[in-house]
Amino acid sequence: MSRPEPGGDAMSVLELRGVSKTYGQEPTAVRALAGVDLSVRAGEMVAVMGPSGSGKSTLLTIAGSLEDPDSGEVRVCGLPLAGMPRKRKARLRRRVIGYVFQDFNLLPGLTAAENTALPLELDNVPVRKARAAGLAALAALGVADRAGWFPDQLSGGERQRVAIARAVVGDRRLLLADEPSGALDSVNAGDVMRLLHEACQRGVAAVVVTHDAQLAAWADRIVLLRDGRMTGQTTRPPGPESLLMPRETR
Amino acid sequence: MSVPHVLLALLSEGPKYGLQLREEFEAGTGEVWPLNVGQVYKTLGRLERDGLAESDDAGQEGPQKRFRITADGRRALADWLRTPPDLTAPPRDELVMKVLVAARVPGTDAHAVIQEHRLYLLELMQQWTRLKEGEARDDLSLALVVDAEIFRLDAVIRWLDAADVRLARAAAAPPRPAAAPDPAPRLRRLGARR
Repeated sequence: MSRPEPGGDAMSVLELRGVSKTYGQEPTAVRALAGVDLSVRAGEMVAVMGPSGSGKSTLLTIAGSLEDPDSGEVRVCGLPLAGMPRKRKARLRRRVIGYVFQDFNLLPGLTAAENTALPLELDNVPVRKARAAGLAALAALGVADRAGWFPDQLSGGERQRVAIARAVVGDRRLLLADEPSGALDSVNAGDVMRLLHEACQRGVAAVVVTHDAQLAAWADRIVLLRDGRMTGQTTRPPGPESLLMPRETR
Repeated sequence: MSVPHVLLALLSEGPKYGLQLREEFEAGTGEVWPLNVGQVYKTLGRLERDGLAESDDAGQEGPQKRFRITADGRRALADWLRTPPDLTAPPRDELVMKVLVAARVPGTDAHAVIQEHRLYLLELMQQWTRLKEGEARDDLSLALVVDAEIFRLDAVIRWLDAADVRLARAAAAPPRPAAAPDPAPRLRRLGARR
């Protein structure tokens, strides 16, 4: 990976500056993003909330270099995506960025271990090394004992753990998640968010798109989008101890 | 919340002292409901007077006194557990009032008002979620209390979202001709039951 270029925030794993994106042509053009600024640091989990059509998913695909903005700048680990050759972009996606999808997207013909090691194998990491990293990621998510199981043998919660393991395997720096708890019940959905948050505590930066405030509340910061614009964000709240009664008054 | 019934529930496990009851009450409610010791003894006194609890020794006072539940107390506890709390009348919610007022006061951007409350509630939810992530992980009572609070805040945020959409829709639609007054509006009837 080349050195970060000057101009970006050194601490930011992801940086969006004045990012705009419009789909289609006037008069039926749809403005998905309009001048969005967002910076996510290593170890930080940011939730992006907004009604459907607010631009959440577009923000994620642009941050993941799957789509180019019409204007504005996107940097991942300090590297500007604009003008980056396609092959390098693809390598960045394989090595640095992990994705978690709503429907898990595990390949049904591969075991949990094979699914988890797949991104590394696609990146020409030797099979044995890739498998070892895959097993380590499964262990970190508490599903090492499911390594040899196929997706259809796993519960919904286990499948999503494997999907998160695949997203963080190796040395990923940026985690992008689109409604990562899918159709899980609220307790299991909370577990998924807890795991994503733990990955951030190990130094990964994450952007989680969700319409669900309960899931967004796991994030360090919540950003609100509406009609392609950022309309507000939470400031870092005080610790949970402020919710508990002061003990000296008992 | 019904302190007497929670104390009866604790006594249903066996005879206990006042101080012990206070500690167990707080532990059993995830330590988010404080209870002072005076309140405990006052409530125990009432339970005793009503025949729902009795003490070991009527002569002793204060911390030396041990309480136990009576048969009537067990029946009262079982009845209470199965009696739904009265949720028929809408509570007089200050936030609902603020949004209703914001929609009427000229020059007030109701959406901005809603947004401020939404952000505040999200920050509160973040705090509760941190509690869930930390202390509540191994404390079932606290986890249940925290879940209840998070669901409550979530419901308020959803209501704000709906209010936002409703206000935007009302602003975009032409005003409808005034309808004849309803002789008995439903909400007023509900309110009268309070």
